[in-house]
Amino acid sequence: MAMVRREIRFLLNDDEMRLTEVGAGDTLLDFLRIGQRLTGTKEGCAEGDCGACTVLVGRLTDDGLRYEPVNACIRFLASLDGCHVVTVEHLRGVDGGLHPVQRAMVDHHGSQCGFCTPGIVMALYALWMQTPRPSETEIEIALQGNLCRCTGYAPIVRAALAAADHGGPEGDILVTERASVTAGLKALHDGTRVEVAHDGQRAILPADVDDFAAVYAAEPDATVVAGATDVGLWVTKSLRDIGPAIFIGHLDGLQRIEETADGLTIGAGASYSQAEAALIGAFPHLREYWHRIAGWQVRNMGTIGGNIANGSPIGDVPPVLIALGARVVLRHGAVRRELPLEAFFLDYGKQDRAPGEFVETVAVPRPNPATLHGAWKISKRRDEDISSVAAGFAVTVADGTISDARIAFGGMAGVPKRAEAAEAVLIGAPFDRESLARAAEALPQDFKPLSDWRASAEYRMRVAQNLFQRFWAEHGEAQQAELRRAEA
Amino acid sequence: MSVKGAPHQDLAHDSAAKHVTGRADYTDDILESIGTLHAYLGLSEVAHGRITGMDLSEVLAAPGVVGVLTAADIPGANDISPTGTGDDPVFPAETVEFHGQPLFAVVAKSRDAARRAAARARVEIDPLPHVLDPIGAIEAGYPDVTAPLKLERGEVAAGLAGSAHRIKGRMAIGGQDHMYLEGHIAFAMPGEDEDVVVYSSTQHPSEAQHMVAHVLGVPSHSVVINVRRMGGGFGGKETQMNLFAAVAALAAKKWNRPVKIRPDRDQDMIATGKRHDFVADYEVGFDGEGRIEAVEGLFAARCGFSADLSGPVTDRALFHADNAYFYPHVRLRSRPMKTNTVSNTAFRGFGGPQGVIVAERMIEEIAYALGRDPLEIRKANFYRPGGDVTPYHQVVEDNILERIVGELEASSQYQARRQAILDDNAKGGILRRGIALTPVKFGISFTATWYNQAGALVHVYNDGSIMLNHGGTEMGQGLNIKVAQVVAEAFAVDIDRIKITRTTTEKVPNTSATAASSGSDLNGMAALDACEQIKARLVDFACEKWGVDATEVEFLPGRVKIGAEEIGFDDFIRQAYVARVQLSAAGFYKTPKIHWNRDKGQGRPFYYFAYGAACSEVSVDTLTGEYRVDRVDILHDVGRSLNPAVDRGQVEGGFIQGVGWLTSEELWWDGDGRLRTHAPSTYKIPLASDRPRIFNVALAEWSQNAERTIKRSKAVGEPPLMLGISVFEAISMAVASVADYRECPRLDAPATPERVLMAIERLRAER
Repeated sequence: MAMVRREIRFLLNDDEMRLTEVGAGDTLLDFLRIGQRLTGTKEGCAEGDCGACTVLVGRLTDDGLRYEPVNACIRFLASLDGCHVVTVEHLRGVDGGLHPVQRAMVDHHGSQCGFCTPGIVMALYALWMQTPRPSETEIEIALQGNLCRCTGYAPIVRAALAAADHGGPEGDILVTERASVTAGLKALHDGTRVEVAHDGQRAILPADVDDFAAVYAAEPDATVVAGATDVGLWVTKSLRDIGPAIFIGHLDGLQRIEETADGLTIGAGASYSQAEAALIGAFPHLREYWHRIAGWQVRNMGTIGGNIANGSPIGDVPPVLIALGARVVLRHGAVRRELPLEAFFLDYGKQDRAPGEFVETVAVPRPNPATLHGAWKISKRRDEDISSVAAGFAVTVADGTISDARIAFGGMAGVPKRAEAAEAVLIGAPFDRESLARAAEALPQDFKPLSDWRASAEYRMRVAQNLFQRFWAEHGEAQQAELRRAEA
Repeated sequence: MSVKGAPHQDLAHDSAAKHVTGRADYTDDILESIGTLHAYLGLSEVAHGRITGMDLSEVLAAPGVVGVLTAADIPGANDISPTGTGDDPVFPAETVEFHGQPLFAVVAKSRDAARRAAARARVEIDPLPHVLDPIGAIEAGYPDVTAPLKLERGEVAAGLAGSAHRIKGRMAIGGQDHMYLEGHIAFAMPGEDEDVVVYSSTQHPSEAQHMVAHVLGVPSHSVVINVRRMGGGFGGKETQMNLFAAVAALAAKKWNRPVKIRPDRDQDMIATGKRHDFVADYEVGFDGEGRIEAVEGLFAARCGFSADLSGPVTDRALFHADNAYFYPHVRLRSRPMKTNTVSNTAFRGFGGPQGVIVAERMIEEIAYALGRDPLEIRKANFYRPGGDVTPYHQVVEDNILERIVGELEASSQYQARRQAILDDNAKGGILRRGIALTPVKFGISFTATWYNQAGALVHVYNDGSIMLNHGGTEMGQGLNIKVAQVVAEAFAVDIDRIKITRTTTEKVPNTSATAASSGSDLNGMAALDACEQIKARLVDFACEKWGVDATEVEFLPGRVKIGAEEIGFDDFIRQAYVARVQLSAAGFYKTPKIHWNRDKGQGRPFYYFAYGAACSEVSVDTLTGEYRVDRVDILHDVGRSLNPAVDRGQVEGGFIQGVGWLTSEELWWDGDGRLRTHAPSTYKIPLASDRPRIFNVALAEWSQNAERTIKRSKAVGEPPLMLGISVFEAISMAVASVADYRECPRLDAPATPERVLMAIERLRAER
């Protein structure tokens, strides 16, 4: 077996951290607030929804050092090995005073009670680094993971629009110190497996994907933690002990996205953000949908594979990928097998996955140019909400006749599931309003949705049926039938 | 030339630079001393029942646990009812009254240990039948949790009978969680004798002080409550903090160690009260022109298991059930119903919004019935001379709505846009639009008249620096900067000279809650009184020393003019100190003119009214019920603003909070009485992308308070929340379009996409 390092190493602002006593469930937020007395980072919800704990995490990727805003409340400390953690205390202007983003927030009265403010500053800081002159749309998307209860956001958006007036990223500390931070992170990286523990709660960071396969095969009861956007809540909300836990968020080999003649192959460890450009490039109809998955911080953490592997009936990825005919590759040790994505979901809480086996890649075939697409999410609040209903439509029309139909829904059953009865009505039918109406009528044969706090069964069924009408309106009548995000 | 930071200037929040750098300290950021313990609550998992056994042995055996607190550990009174009704125990001894009621606290060496230990309790409860909603409570014969109110004027039965048209309706109005970003927290340090000092995120330090003393069985002088700032309050920290302050203080005294209690977000939302849900039954009689003849209304509220503030909250719903409209004959009654849910409490507007939305619904009903533009009906019913008496017999003397609504109607181009929307909708597309212009008139003053008092303490140190303390609390609303602006002008010094300090019961006693939008009105006046006292002594000193008349002493920016001589402020203060002039004063203020006889339902409960109006346009997807707010124009009255930037922030933020209340924020209890929307993952407050892209907010710059308030300003915290009703009514219009506006849609609040779609489907089915 390879060498094992018993120490987590990362950079925190200007300091190098070397920690040996780290438990699987220890969070970055508690480490910052309790351990380091860096109290600028706040706890608002401890579930990754409010953004008050937003920090930046920088990591060396295939494309170099990349910083992203994440939620410290559900980010596990062990997962930070080899990273640069940047908190609000690190921000400063070139003159040592307020940072341009902070200056703009003060000038535009962007804070009232101030509790969400450090998190908002960090999200806007990340946006300003990427896009110093953002559009309102870009600002709204960047702030999907940040709640403010006081201001109504208008002054915060004004601040974001004006931040670059006070200076651009060129003089910023994360730019000027990029080379030294990169060197510092490279010096921390030794290519070994890392294993640490605290109170018996072991955290294992495999050296690479093959090492992960070996470790998981050997410890099939371990918790696999990728982005921790779900597992994080097991700890912060349910107080579960997750050790031993295998952390895989650092495995570049699991995050590769490849475009081939057959389509797109996405590593299961790719985050929503990492997969965004390739997926939207290949499937432009996913643009609106993709930006309605969670908030920016969670999209930077949560992974495509995690959204599939956890088997949730309300995950946003499965319905649209099932409609696109995606297949998953599962791996156990050195053994791989492949199956259609829909076949992975057996029943509520039950997936076709053996102990020690993991989702390695997802392959999405290149679309048929004759296929018409729809990807829609219905939720109580437009952004950063869990679906009441999510739907993927892929209907292929040849000479006015529907030759193929793949329609999948989330939120309508115990698993993400195809609407087989509705598909059967469509296949072979003329592509017209009537056919889609008949398919909608068949939907109760496919689904018996539940009522809960997100939506009633009646609403779920009605809205799912109405989406067939939307599909016709958009593709058959070229009528805009969806409230899209207004462009700036 | 005025001083830097004088009233009416745009100034940033005094903590803005600290907010953006993370250097503003909240209670959880205070350095914990060695030995600090952490408490955590154990909650009931039954909505109603008798406690037959509470086995906490596993809790006590958990790692890191120091001990537990139950009802038996309370040396004083086991009661934290804010109005002395005795129905709000810290921990119940016998009967559980809601799912999520705190039953005990565990105290441990770390918060994590306390949280884990709390989950190990074994509590046996014999369930009793439970009721969750106000209508169910009425049907089950549940009691009013506090005395109902009736407001009556004229002959309502005759008025209704004589009306050309009558409409009866029912509207359910949802509650709202405060969702302040900083949750509840209290941190207590034991002192000598019976003393305890509590740092807490509370809007009402004096009440917390009295409650802690009451629970400990000690005099109030032994308890100090401190609060530097809150991470949001919105009413949720007016009475609800009492529980946490009490538990922290009890544990701190019991173990003689500092004790902090900070519930997680779920506990915070489950175990503390919210805005009251209401079911309102109304009947309105009107003539062919849409003029209201008579109104009868019954307002049943989900109050929860105890009275808390439900009396004044349901009273205020009735006080605002007229909103801006004259009802010639009226009878309004409240039913503050006991339910087996968390005890509902203050929330920005304090019942007023629930009254206002019913008034606006009645207007809409009339408009649809007569086929008229609802704005026309609104205007036809505004209070005006000859029709200016409210259902509580106060005369509306300061009405400026006609001007506000007229100006907004023009600036928002309401008429042209409404016509364009009607034309677009007539094309029959899937996406429909709606527009609505709604007003608000909001009564300012605590209806508990004795609450309308405030104190302040101002020290001028002999270097010329000034320390300002007042009884109000800072929760983000900018109270401290506004009061400091008043003090800056009073002494004619730059505001940088003034230090704003934490609120503490040691400096100003017997304060009222920072609530009812009254913070600046009350504390600004009290601070001014303190300044005037010190200034009077300084003038006397100057007259004596320089041998001038008082009229020859003038405070100019940064200096004092005495006769022909000018002296710098620092120098003048130094000389006054040497001459043994007292440079400190306690100021006081009580609101004049107000009186209220609740038994008769008559009086002048409000010193004045604040006004505003909003015009909102929305798009609605008629296939899914989803919607988007496209444009909002607001014209709001804050009198002569103390700080227009701060006030505009209150208007914008209050509006969006009101929109959240009426759209995406839904409280959902399951049949067992369990709240299932108890964190931001399930309870959805507005996001940046929910705000209107076009958002024109203006203050009515020509307005000044007709009453002699601080610098003729008006209260601003609550009134703008009700402007969010314009969004609700705009959604309603888009919904109504699917049936060509033939009827007023049955739409309850919050208008979630589900409720919107179901309202559309009902109209389609009836077509």
